[in-house]
Amino acid sequence: MVASIDTVQQVKELTEEKYKYGFFTDIESETAPKGLNEDIVRFISAKKNEPEWLLEWRLKAYRYWLTMPEPKWSKVFHEPIDYQDAYYYSAPKSAADGPQSLDEIDPQLLETYEKLGIPLKEQERLSGVAVDAVFDSVSVATTFKAKLGEVGVIFCPISEALESCPDLVKKYLGTVVPYTDNKHATLNSAVFTDGSFVYIPPGVRCPMELSTYFRINAANTGQFERTLIIADKGSYVSYLEGCTAPMRDEHQLHAAVVELIALDDAEIKYSTIQNWYPGDENGRGGIFNFVTKRGHCRGRNSKISWTQVETGAAITWKYPSCILKGDNSVGEFYSIAITNNYQQADTGTKMIHLGKNTSSRIISKGISAGRANQTYRGLVRISPKAKGARNFTQCDSLLIGDRCGAHTVPYIECKNKSAIVEHEATTSTISEDQLFYLRQRGIPPEEAVALVVNGFCREVLQQLPMEFAVEAQKLVGISLEGSVG
Amino acid sequence: MLEIKNLHVSVDGKAILKGIDLSVQPGEIHAIMGPNGSGKSTLSHVIAGRDGYEITGGRIIYQGEDMTGMAPEIRAAKGIFLAFQYPVEIPGVANTTFLKEALNAICRYHGKDELDAMQFVKVMREKTKELGIPEDMLKRAVNVGFSGGEKKRNEILQMAILNPTLAILDETDSGLDIDAMKIVAEGVNKLRAPERSILLITHYQRLLDYIIPDKVHVLAHGRIQRSGDKKLALELEEKGYAEFGEAAA
Repeated sequence: MVASIDTVQQVKELTEEKYKYGFFTDIESETAPKGLNEDIVRFISAKKNEPEWLLEWRLKAYRYWLTMPEPKWSKVFHEPIDYQDAYYYSAPKSAADGPQSLDEIDPQLLETYEKLGIPLKEQERLSGVAVDAVFDSVSVATTFKAKLGEVGVIFCPISEALESCPDLVKKYLGTVVPYTDNKHATLNSAVFTDGSFVYIPPGVRCPMELSTYFRINAANTGQFERTLIIADKGSYVSYLEGCTAPMRDEHQLHAAVVELIALDDAEIKYSTIQNWYPGDENGRGGIFNFVTKRGHCRGRNSKISWTQVETGAAITWKYPSCILKGDNSVGEFYSIAITNNYQQADTGTKMIHLGKNTSSRIISKGISAGRANQTYRGLVRISPKAKGARNFTQCDSLLIGDRCGAHTVPYIECKNKSAIVEHEATTSTISEDQLFYLRQRGIPPEEAVALVVNGFCREVLQQLPMEFAVEAQKLVGISLEGSVG
Repeated sequence: MLEIKNLHVSVDGKAILKGIDLSVQPGEIHAIMGPNGSGKSTLSHVIAGRDGYEITGGRIIYQGEDMTGMAPEIRAAKGIFLAFQYPVEIPGVANTTFLKEALNAICRYHGKDELDAMQFVKVMREKTKELGIPEDMLKRAVNVGFSGGEKKRNEILQMAILNPTLAILDETDSGLDIDAMKIVAEGVNKLRAPERSILLITHYQRLLDYIIPDKVHVLAHGRIQRSGDKKLALELEEKGYAEFGEAAA
């Protein structure tokens, strides 16, 4: 595998600072005053020229949020979050009037994306992947809009969708994740700044991969993006998000919401490569990644598939879920979570079977190294009407070293006798025998670990779109840097 | 090629090897025989550089260089290959991926260009054909779900591809039926070469009916008790290791 070789080379190229994306771009930005109150919510809404109904929705969310407790049920530990000590809006200044084309974008911004391996200008020429780039609170560039427009696919920042197709946004926004859902999602509803909007018209197979890259740049800034994807009847789309942030000593909050809606016979494949700054090896700094992702298989024979590779963030709290309402609908969750040093992850999924003959498949691969702890937490709920429902769950944990932990917490609620629910779980370590075997063949220890871990994750890596699989394999190796010996 | 001088090795404070002397010339095949627990596997692991063995005295010289304390991947890059008694499973990693990784790691160590995908496929085709190994074995995850015979053949295939100068076969015949053993022996014979030395570690002499050694050593109680040629193996077959049990008592 070339991947693990590249990994080791990449790691070597880095200085003692191991997080490759830890740079900070000095860009003039426009920032709202620190803190959170109704005025800030109004400020954000005004900045985006939003319709009245959305402002009202945001305010309802904000007021509700004030009454909500922090979720306490997950197995993660952190100091209470000081919501008043953060900025809720930060935008690169040059984008204030909205760039009309890539030529109008601050060259430094373009450079930032180049460094991330996402050359936006190239992307415009090379066919294959359309990219929406979100920098702090705003979307700075979306490529391939014209080409996608030819087949009727809408792919744009959600703020733009509110102007170009407000009815679609109004019809679907908050219908999968209501503003009352949980503290983090409610905060997002109040202060979300940007994110991607995708609409695939009936019968259209989206001609290319869609992708959004999120970047937190400004200090003390939270990022609250909101993504809404609607696949109309008989359509198909594959979407990928990637995320990075500079290295900072303080924690930064990332509370995103993603809503997916699949109508009759539609399919959405949603992949995430999450590489937020994880904090240093002593657990200082890093992103709090508190994200609510949910898909609604609203139509018959619809399918939603989540694939996630979670390697970054100080704390990950995330449960991409599927509500299987349409008869014969299918939900899938493929996950790799890697925690090293002092990282914590509490992640998993919820598969809610409502329709007849619905099926779901959960494959979770957790890798813990250093002093990291992670939990798989998954709910499979078969409602009384979900006749013939079927679930298969497999949770595998791999431990590297003797100071890390892996926990599996499956919740299974079955209210229909005809349902079949399976749960398999394993916990293993990289054995000394495996390491010696690989080293005896000439493979150095860190490459050997990367190879074993990539093998362990193979089932999930295979689910990723080709263009991103190699990147993910490299990431697997880099994340485990320093875990051997 | 290989010079072992007065080698003493302990595991958890217990002496296992108590002064081994062994000299193997290029192109020679040496068989090391001995009863269970005599230290045969320890010797092979120590030559390959496995952790957990304490060298309390003596030296291992390979191609004029002292190997003692050298990392196993460096020894491998320098041409030492160990065919494992119990080949290890690596789930999810295809045999080809593993071999490519290994071969390229060795190339990098020597500052040579890595093989590209086409060159690598060519080497694989050639070697599988030469050894009569079905190509589908390459696509399967390393040793996962392999029968005992397949695992041992896979070791021989790896040896053919990595092309070592010193190959140590640790009880490669154990657990094999006679047909599987013949196939493995045939593979080893094909890899016999004037610049390659082979150390055969075995409990039984039957393997030596198919791979004819230049020298045979009897290892018991941590020492080489006797050395001779092929006839020594036949003698052992007849008399067993009882003689050496008494010798050390």
